[in-house]
Amino acid sequence: MKILVVDDETDVRTLFEQRFRREIRSGQFEFSFAYSGEEALNYLHGHPSEVVLILSDINMPGMSGLELLRRVKQEYDAPPPPAPMVMMITAYGDTDSYNQAMQLGANDFLTKPVDFGALKEKLLSLEKL
Amino acid sequence: MDSKSFININAELSFSVLVAWGILRAYGKFLNLPVRAPRWSVAANKVWVLGISVAVFGLLFNIKSDHLNGVFWLLTMAGTVALLLRIRDYRPARTILLAIAPFALHYLFEFLAKALGNGLLDEYDDAFDTAQGFAFIWLATFLLIARSQKKNLEAERLLREEEEQNKRRIEAQNMELERLVSERTVALTQQTEELRYTLTELKTTQAQLIQAEKMASLGELTAGIAHEIQNPLNFVNNFSEVSAELVQELEEECQKAERDPELENELLADLKLNLQKITHHGQRASSIVRGMLEHSRASTGERSPADLNALCDEYLRLAYHGLRAKDKTFNATLETHFDPNLGQVEVISQDVGRVLLNLLTNAFYAVQQRQKRQETGYYPTVTVSTRRTSEGSEIRVRDNGLGIPESVKQKIFQPFFTTKPTGEGTGLGLSLSYDIITQGHNGTLTVDSEEGRGTEFVIVLPE
Repeated sequence: MKILVVDDETDVRTLFEQRFRREIRSGQFEFSFAYSGEEALNYLHGHPSEVVLILSDINMPGMSGLELLRRVKQEYDAPPPPAPMVMMITAYGDTDSYNQAMQLGANDFLTKPVDFGALKEKLLSLEKL
Repeated sequence: MDSKSFININAELSFSVLVAWGILRAYGKFLNLPVRAPRWSVAANKVWVLGISVAVFGLLFNIKSDHLNGVFWLLTMAGTVALLLRIRDYRPARTILLAIAPFALHYLFEFLAKALGNGLLDEYDDAFDTAQGFAFIWLATFLLIARSQKKNLEAERLLREEEEQNKRRIEAQNMELERLVSERTVALTQQTEELRYTLTELKTTQAQLIQAEKMASLGELTAGIAHEIQNPLNFVNNFSEVSAELVQELEEECQKAERDPELENELLADLKLNLQKITHHGQRASSIVRGMLEHSRASTGERSPADLNALCDEYLRLAYHGLRAKDKTFNATLETHFDPNLGQVEVISQDVGRVLLNLLTNAFYAVQQRQKRQETGYYPTVTVSTRRTSEGSEIRVRDNGLGIPESVKQKIFQPFFTTKPTGEGTGLGLSLSYDIITQGHNGTLTVDSEEGRGTEFVIVLPE
């Protein structure tokens, strides 16, 4: 399962790679990283219908995570290919952001600090679908 | 001597006494004798005693009546002369003395001539007559002069009295004035005292206001700071946890019969990397806390070398997260163009930090307000750039927000001027910033703004 992680903090890459090292090693998950909304869109355009899931931060300079979510949902409006699932991750767990994300069609809403155990289970359950 | 002659003597003498008494009385008054020479005045009034004495003397020694009369007049004139000599300080008295002197001398000579009876009188009859005429004219003239002198003196005296009165009045006025002045001085001293007290109070209030403004901006930042600290702390926690997992995996690997050295090396390399990450993010958090403490502390006012680029970066993040904490949906692009050759600059870093915080908070506020208008294709952007110029170190804070209208631009550095709704801004931010840059660092703080395009503040700090 190919997962695109979008966050302006570069160390997120190291963290994900270590947290999911067994899954990566076994080829269960494949991670790609983008450090901004714009970069994420470019990646999606360059690798059409590869990414199954997007994990995106909301607050980023330039294009925000919510803007990215809106664009993704817009571009994949009519299948095929099927739209990737989008999970939002934010440090601000306020209801405004949550409602906005849900309204734009986010599949899930996680708050930082990320509970990697729970995330892993979510990803594994998604994979079984 | 017969009774007829006695009566004749008395009649003539009486008349002379009466005339003398009259003249003396008139001139006593003229010379103001009762005041000037009281005892002489009493004596002059009692000239009749002299008359009686002369009469009694004549009777006793049987002297010719016209001689007696002469004696009386001579004595009277002698007394008068003595009196006038006594009061000669008075100018009219001297004039009268001068007036009667020839007359008296003439009378004396005539009397002596008559008394001796040597025919001198007959021989020089014409001369005596002329002398008498001259003496009379002299007497009359000088008496007139004496009168006018007295009048002049009187006028002078009046003038003097008036002057004296004026002087007294002026003195009284002076005293009144002095009293008023001293009263006013007391009032003024009191006022000065009050003003000094008010000034002290104002200074205290100003210091409190500055501190309050600082605390207000700190309050705005709290959420941003919390976020800024939370992020590195998350990394610290995550990398610690994952490192524990790595160690466990490494231990498991070590107990295997067939160990994989490549995997072991990879795990060790990851562990080393993680420890570096933990240290890095831990330091990031501490530097934020340090910055926060520094911001809230009262300024020491001492310059020390500081890395302006790092300062700008730190406050850019703080300001950004401060606003984002309040408006969760707010998002902006932060651009930095830092001159790597800027080096260390001597500044009061807390104060410059406050200025940057103010300018950046304003910049984010401006782009946020513009974003609310939902213009298509608008990306809020705040840019901070540093540059070394010939004038010194330059910091530019630019935003593409609403811009400042010309009418407002004149007032933005005035204390208490704010365009924010009541309760949202103290109106002291830019005013204090201006003071910090211009007075605290001898630099300049200028603004360039275009309505609808954005605003740029430029700080220049001379070497």
